[in-house]
Amino acid sequence: MICQECGTKQATLHFTKIVNGEKTEFHICESCAREKGEGIPGTANGFSIHSLLSGLLEFEPSAGLGPKPQTIRCDECGLTYSQFRKIGRFGCSSCYKHFSDRLDPLFKRVHGNASHVGKIPKRSGGQIKYKREVEQLKKELHQHIEQEEFEQAASIRDQIRELESKITDL
Amino acid sequence: MEKRRFAQDALSEWMREDGPDSEIVISSRIRIARNLRHHPFPMLATNQQSREVMEQLTEVPRSGKLDELGAFETFVLSDLSELEKRVLVEKHLISPNLANESRGGALVLSGSESVSIMINEEDHLRIQCLYPGFQIREAWQLASEIDDIFEQEVDYAFSERRGYLTSCPTNVGTGIRASIMMHLPALVLTQQINRILSAITQVGLAVRGLYGEGSEAIGNLFQISNQITLGQSEDEIIDNLYSVARQIIEHEKAARERLMAESQIRIEDRVQRSYGILSHATIMDSKEAAQRLSDVRLGIDLQLIQSLSPQVMNELMVLTQPGFLQQVFSEPLNTEERDVRRAELIRRYLSPKT
Repeated sequence: MICQECGTKQATLHFTKIVNGEKTEFHICESCAREKGEGIPGTANGFSIHSLLSGLLEFEPSAGLGPKPQTIRCDECGLTYSQFRKIGRFGCSSCYKHFSDRLDPLFKRVHGNASHVGKIPKRSGGQIKYKREVEQLKKELHQHIEQEEFEQAASIRDQIRELESKITDL
Repeated sequence: MEKRRFAQDALSEWMREDGPDSEIVISSRIRIARNLRHHPFPMLATNQQSREVMEQLTEVPRSGKLDELGAFETFVLSDLSELEKRVLVEKHLISPNLANESRGGALVLSGSESVSIMINEEDHLRIQCLYPGFQIREAWQLASEIDDIFEQEVDYAFSERRGYLTSCPTNVGTGIRASIMMHLPALVLTQQINRILSAITQVGLAVRGLYGEGSEAIGNLFQISNQITLGQSEDEIIDNLYSVARQIIEHEKAARERLMAESQIRIEDRVQRSYGILSHATIMDSKEAAQRLSDVRLGIDLQLIQSLSPQVMNELMVLTQPGFLQQVFSEPLNTEERDVRRAELIRRYLSPKT
């Protein structure tokens, strides 16, 4: 395979990413990678995933709509959205909040998904954990009421009350 | 200066143990990325902020919070020599990024070196657990326990919607990277490897070679890891990787059996040739060394060579890397000297013990 950059040398670096059946491929030779200042994964001269990522970020589906990327700025660390797009990295945890509107399509491209379903911190995430439990219990409560199982419904209602009192205590 | 322990031995203590399926799976690794809520990520942090993050995070092992999991030692990166850093990189205990570019970088290392915790790498905190053989679930359990201990002491950057917030969008959510290092010589020899590897990338996993230079795997070693960190739970990510790795193990086993059934004499020739060359050559570059060591390792696994242990091969793989060679011979070496010393070292390891 021939390098996509120079079109002459043999491509020795191949990147393939497939998310939800959508395939992105990138083939480049070693000297072009070096020249572009892009690292070869696992070597000392950097990590090319960021530059690849900024490639993904270039395709803005919402381009032309809303505020310009240069004007969206994280209040906390000062990083602008266009800087983020260039370096492919966030500056601080608040960037996630400030760039929020634009992140869903990005996360969907990278991960096929935009919401977290995994582990929750035990201490600081306690509230979130209880909230998720309450949501789950409320669903169960409705089912029991619909099926006229009032005894079970009452016990679940008590559990919800107990959890909700914990949420306000925190 | 007295040599630090990690620089003396090529093989981390954890690697000496035998793990499940260790004739194919070299190691299982979990890395989780975490950040502190109130500090900018390392890339944008000032030197002062980086120091604060380091203080806050190294306080956790210093105050004995990790003691229930064993003995830990903390190293500040700026106190280490270039050579020591390189050795840590070659043993996969720290990333090249932490070694060369970090500010306020630190390493917390367990006695057996199976746990290495990087501070101020791309993220504030990176917890890495390594197990010998196919033990990815065990590695996750330990990493998660360590994560819980840190979380008791510091405020993590976490959002209900996005999960654990990381510097790079490719890690957000669970912040987990699970990877399995496999030795797949029979799949390479029977030319099935490309088909299998391209199938792997179809299911959200990535493959790279050891000390990866591009997609070329050195010494038939392949690292398979998850790419998706958001929208799947840790258990789903690990189960997915587990079942794919399990299938690859079965394919490799079948390929080895077929090779032995159909062309044992040719395999034996290849293995013994490599053994012979390693035992007698006086110049050996790292690429050839890796390939020959892979052949010999296969020979041991197929019981064609009985006089060597598989750990010797693991040890030589690390020991013949440039930084380690330099450490062993305690002097800077140019490429040619290195190739000569490498050959010398291998001969010494493989010569019959008297």
